[in-house]
Amino acid sequence: MKIKGVLENYTFILPAVAIFSVFYVIPFVWVFQLGLFEWDGISFARTFVGLQNFKEIFFQDKSWWQSMWNASYITLIALTFQNILAFMLAWACDREIKMKNFYRVIFFIPPVLSEVVVGMAWRFIINDIDGANIINRTLTGMGMPNLVHNWLSDPNTALTTVALVHCWKGFGWGFLIFLAGLQTIPRELYEAARVDGASAWQSFRKITIPLMIPVMVLVAILTVLGTMQVFVLIVSLVGGEFAGHTSVPVLRILASMRGSSRFGYACAQGITFGMVLIAISFIQYRFSKGRQ
Amino acid sequence: MLIRNLVLCVFALFSVLGCSGQKTDSKPTISVWHWMTDRDPAFQALAKKYEALTGIRVNFELYAPSDAYSQKIRAAAQGSNLPDIFGILGEKRDFASFIKAGHILDITSYMEADNSAWKGQLFSKALAVNEFAPGNSYGINPGIFGVPIDIMTIQMVYNKKLFTQLGLNPNRPPRTFQEFLEIGNKIKASGMQGLVSGWGEVWMIDCLANNYAFNIMGKDKVLATIKGEVPYTDPDWIRVFSLFKQMQESGVLAKGIVTMINKSAEQLFANEKAVFAFNGSWCVNVYKGMNPGLEYGAMLPPAASERYPISIWGGAGSSFMVNARSKNKDEAVKFLKWLTGQEQQAYLAQETNNLPANKNSLARIPEILAQFSRGMDYATHPNIWGVSEFSLVIEALDRGIQSIIIGEKTPEQVAAEVQIIKERELAKKRAR
Repeated sequence: MKIKGVLENYTFILPAVAIFSVFYVIPFVWVFQLGLFEWDGISFARTFVGLQNFKEIFFQDKSWWQSMWNASYITLIALTFQNILAFMLAWACDREIKMKNFYRVIFFIPPVLSEVVVGMAWRFIINDIDGANIINRTLTGMGMPNLVHNWLSDPNTALTTVALVHCWKGFGWGFLIFLAGLQTIPRELYEAARVDGASAWQSFRKITIPLMIPVMVLVAILTVLGTMQVFVLIVSLVGGEFAGHTSVPVLRILASMRGSSRFGYACAQGITFGMVLIAISFIQYRFSKGRQ
Repeated sequence: MLIRNLVLCVFALFSVLGCSGQKTDSKPTISVWHWMTDRDPAFQALAKKYEALTGIRVNFELYAPSDAYSQKIRAAAQGSNLPDIFGILGEKRDFASFIKAGHILDITSYMEADNSAWKGQLFSKALAVNEFAPGNSYGINPGIFGVPIDIMTIQMVYNKKLFTQLGLNPNRPPRTFQEFLEIGNKIKASGMQGLVSGWGEVWMIDCLANNYAFNIMGKDKVLATIKGEVPYTDPDWIRVFSLFKQMQESGVLAKGIVTMINKSAEQLFANEKAVFAFNGSWCVNVYKGMNPGLEYGAMLPPAASERYPISIWGGAGSSFMVNARSKNKDEAVKFLKWLTGQEQQAYLAQETNNLPANKNSLARIPEILAQFSRGMDYATHPNIWGVSEFSLVIEALDRGIQSIIIGEKTPEQVAAEVQIIKERELAKKRAR
């Protein structure tokens, strides 16, 4: 009777398990399996090379690790600048300010735009010869002509410029999630704190921040996962990897697939990248559990 | 009861009609997959014409952009679902992989039938791209495996109006590298932009670097480098890399060229914001669409040495292959033969401003295209060299030249870095 009950329960989850297996588990295992082969993506024949592809990624492929570093740099800027901006704006819109619905719409416009459109638009804003050169003109107008240069073609500023455009595009998501989180905090807590003589800053520090930690962790995980995989914006802003300065893991994987016709190696890169992202998310999750 | 009978009657009627013999059409439909957005209307018009002539329907299916098309073709090859006719985007080794996997029909016998009547009509350099010579390094049986539908050359173009503004003769473009650099100084002084090209997408850097490698050290030495017999640290290669440094220092390169995509470069040149562009003959159609009044001329990259002639990349622009597993392969070959006929090629050239693959169709092309076609005398292409450079070496070379242009690395440093990767890839090849 007990076994029958267990089987019945498993029958109910069988469709979900089947769908999950077909669309998630099997492709993952298959990609891992392809990562153990040398394969051009065209021939039917594949050469088994064991862990050679992974060994090459870890010990020889400097450009892969440079791309990981670049993506981490963009992610760091997104985690700090983008999320702090999103949180502050959400906090402002959560309060009783005029036209807050208008601001909510405005802040959510960049995330719904295509990355290609955003990239092309910012390229036009930033670039001097094939664009409006607005940044440089503004700097000149403000009496800082010494800062004028090619923001996207200078190796010292290209990646930061890409990161800032990415933040502009991405802060709307964080804004929405933070706003939803802020609205779940009971107003009575703030009223009780005010009655007890707490200042606005104390309410923010002692009520808002602690209650928002789970939301912050969620936004941080989504930011890491979204930013590490950025590449369309880079292609539309700087045309590609720009001597390695704007190279990111997805561009490296594409280069292995398309440029070098090394599908097996590209699969190994994909698996490595996926494992890194899973590890980062897991660490963030464990850290947040510890804090709670 | 009435309803039951009615349902039964309807069921019986459908059963009888469903089982009746279908009217069969003996004429096959040929399916063609391509990526050429600009040529699609002309292809569709020619397909209609062919159907009117033969009764055979040709279904051109456009899959753009080219990256998406390339992935689709690879996926279809894996599933053996390729259409009757398709094109391959990629290097010669990709082409060879398709042949090895049995996806492409050897059309040599069709080409050489009737005293090579078909083959004789086409530009030999365009055919060479689709040909595998005896003893080729890819291990492919010698033969012709593709049909060129147009040809292209990648050269420089210059704006005649801006030349006049710079005090230069608009009918005499620079012939030597020194003259080119001197114009760079004038461009810098005038505040104009010099050479624009899609060097953010890198492969065009590789193309110009190869042009100069042929010019400075000759074909044999370039091929010896690819074979691993000459290192990239050889003084001739360092000289090739140094040319990019000289170009940057003279001001002949436009600002931000290392992150420029070719579409932006085309817009800049078409809008008369740049004096020179390095682009393929397909640009004629692009510039016409962007600025019909643009006055420009085509020129070979100015020679940096007198030891060897300058070589440019050229040959088949786009080619079609016949699926070896197609049941319509004979009909597919017949259609391609018709498509590369004199009249159809002239029509394609007129409608799309691409150079025709048929030698007899050149009479009706505009002057600027004729200038590009004269470049065919200097044309070569990696796909006809019989050996391929490792893709990681090409990548290192392209990235290295970008680094030279932005002043991050010296030509010597880049040469050393490229050679390290070359040796690593050679060692891997030997280990296999």
